[in-house]
Amino acid sequence: MLAHAIFFYFFSILAIFSALMVITSRSTVNSVFFLILDFISVGCLFIMVGAEFLGMILLIVYVGAVAVLFLFVVMMLNVAQQKQSWFIGQKSNHIPSGLIVSVLILLELLVVVGGWKYKENIMSSSNLVIDTTISNTHSIGSVMYTDYILYFQLSGIILLLSMVGAIILTYRKRENVKTQSYLKQISREKSSAVMLKDVDFNKGVNIDD
Amino acid sequence: MDYLTTLINEVYKVLFLIIPILVSVAMIVWLDRRVWGLVQKRRGPNVVGPFGLFQTLADALKYIFKEIIIPASANKTIFILAPIITMTLALVAWAVIPLSESLVLSNINVGILYLFAVSSLGVYGIIMGGWASNSKYPFLGAIRSAAQMVSYEVSIGIIIINVLLCVGSLNLNDIVLAQKNLWYVVPLFPMFVIFFISALAETNRPPFDLPEAEAELVAGYQTEYSGMMYAMFWLGEYANILLMCAMGSILFLGGWLPPLDIYPLNTIPAPVWMILKILFLFFLFAIIKAIVPRYRYDQLMRLGWKVFLPFSLIYVILTASFLLYFDKLPKGSF
Repeated sequence: MLAHAIFFYFFSILAIFSALMVITSRSTVNSVFFLILDFISVGCLFIMVGAEFLGMILLIVYVGAVAVLFLFVVMMLNVAQQKQSWFIGQKSNHIPSGLIVSVLILLELLVVVGGWKYKENIMSSSNLVIDTTISNTHSIGSVMYTDYILYFQLSGIILLLSMVGAIILTYRKRENVKTQSYLKQISREKSSAVMLKDVDFNKGVNIDD
Repeated sequence: MDYLTTLINEVYKVLFLIIPILVSVAMIVWLDRRVWGLVQKRRGPNVVGPFGLFQTLADALKYIFKEIIIPASANKTIFILAPIITMTLALVAWAVIPLSESLVLSNINVGILYLFAVSSLGVYGIIMGGWASNSKYPFLGAIRSAAQMVSYEVSIGIIIINVLLCVGSLNLNDIVLAQKNLWYVVPLFPMFVIFFISALAETNRPPFDLPEAEAELVAGYQTEYSGMMYAMFWLGEYANILLMCAMGSILFLGGWLPPLDIYPLNTIPAPVWMILKILFLFFLFAIIKAIVPRYRYDQLMRLGWKVFLPFSLIYVILTASFLLYFDKLPKGSF
């Protein structure tokens, strides 16, 4: 039990420390790296409470895919310069919206902390029957694809919509782009590709037609 | 005191796993260069030790005594961290690989997910190295490599789903035992081929070694690295290749099971079969390095997203319908 406690405090302190570093670190790339560390330590906490499936999925989805794209964006954009103009520029109208978001987050945090106090009541009011004899992968699957299939499908459709939306927003048709057509390449034959031309002296030949 | 003995016991077990892996990585590098040489009608490394077996050890010694140069404009912490992360992740994944039914460091319930998660973390070593070098070639190489690894992970994930549909468990031992009668390479042969090609792309092996395409990017993300730090990238890469071979043999070639459960074959111990299968897959990796020319970047992306992804998705539907129609979906055991 002692080892368990040591690991729990290690990972939770790491998670809180890296979450703090995400918002205080000067360099944006370092922020993303601390965010990754945060994801990993939260994943380890999930595994420690026995939710190994959730922990692994957190690692695969957030660390393996989402954070890589984050890192891409942060590395490619010159975020440091933008930050300068945000805070030092004369006409900064980000402060009101920032305030609204922070007040909302504060309220959410209050709700979470309040919920923690009444945890027992919330747990007992849940109508989920937890079967501890089967592995949690199977229990998630058996609930997700039967009772909650509509919500599952709905969230899938929302994700698909956001993907299509992002592609539509960023897609632009470019002119004069040469694309490779594999079918055309393979179906090329000698008779259509090679021809003999008589070239007149000092006139040359047009090969493009 | 009790914790201390447990701790020492675990450390001993971990060392017992890591040291053979490091030695076999050294041997496998030799094998790779040797096969490559023989295909090209050269001799390959054959001077140091019998058949040149100690060539990699000699190289490692050379790397140890070389100076580590850190570029002045590099981000030092991340620059040093990158090769360490690459190598650690490549070794950490071996904790769940079963060499026989009992010979495994940790037999966890979500073994295959763990392998998948760790191999998807591998991209960070490369991005960090490329970015921290603060120079053009490493950065371009890292960006290329990250995009490539993320794209091919998707198809590897879907191939794993194919196997899981047939097994009904995420445990690696269950996956091996489910292949007792028929290795999955037979019914899922197209998936095996796609897995193999995706594994080549995932480990940045030729013909998909675009991150370090010499003609375009010098040496990609490794350009600024020297001495032991370069060697660590290199070791991590080969440990990853071995890991992919082990994953392929567990998912498709029946892991530590003998090909047929008959007399002379089933007397050979299980780890030998596992090692033979890993070596067979690695031999294919080595041969492909020698005989296939490098892909262009747009072709690589097209292959990943427009060919492999739809095909493996269709195969998931096929496998699921087949299992459902013939009532062969895995039941029980959970």
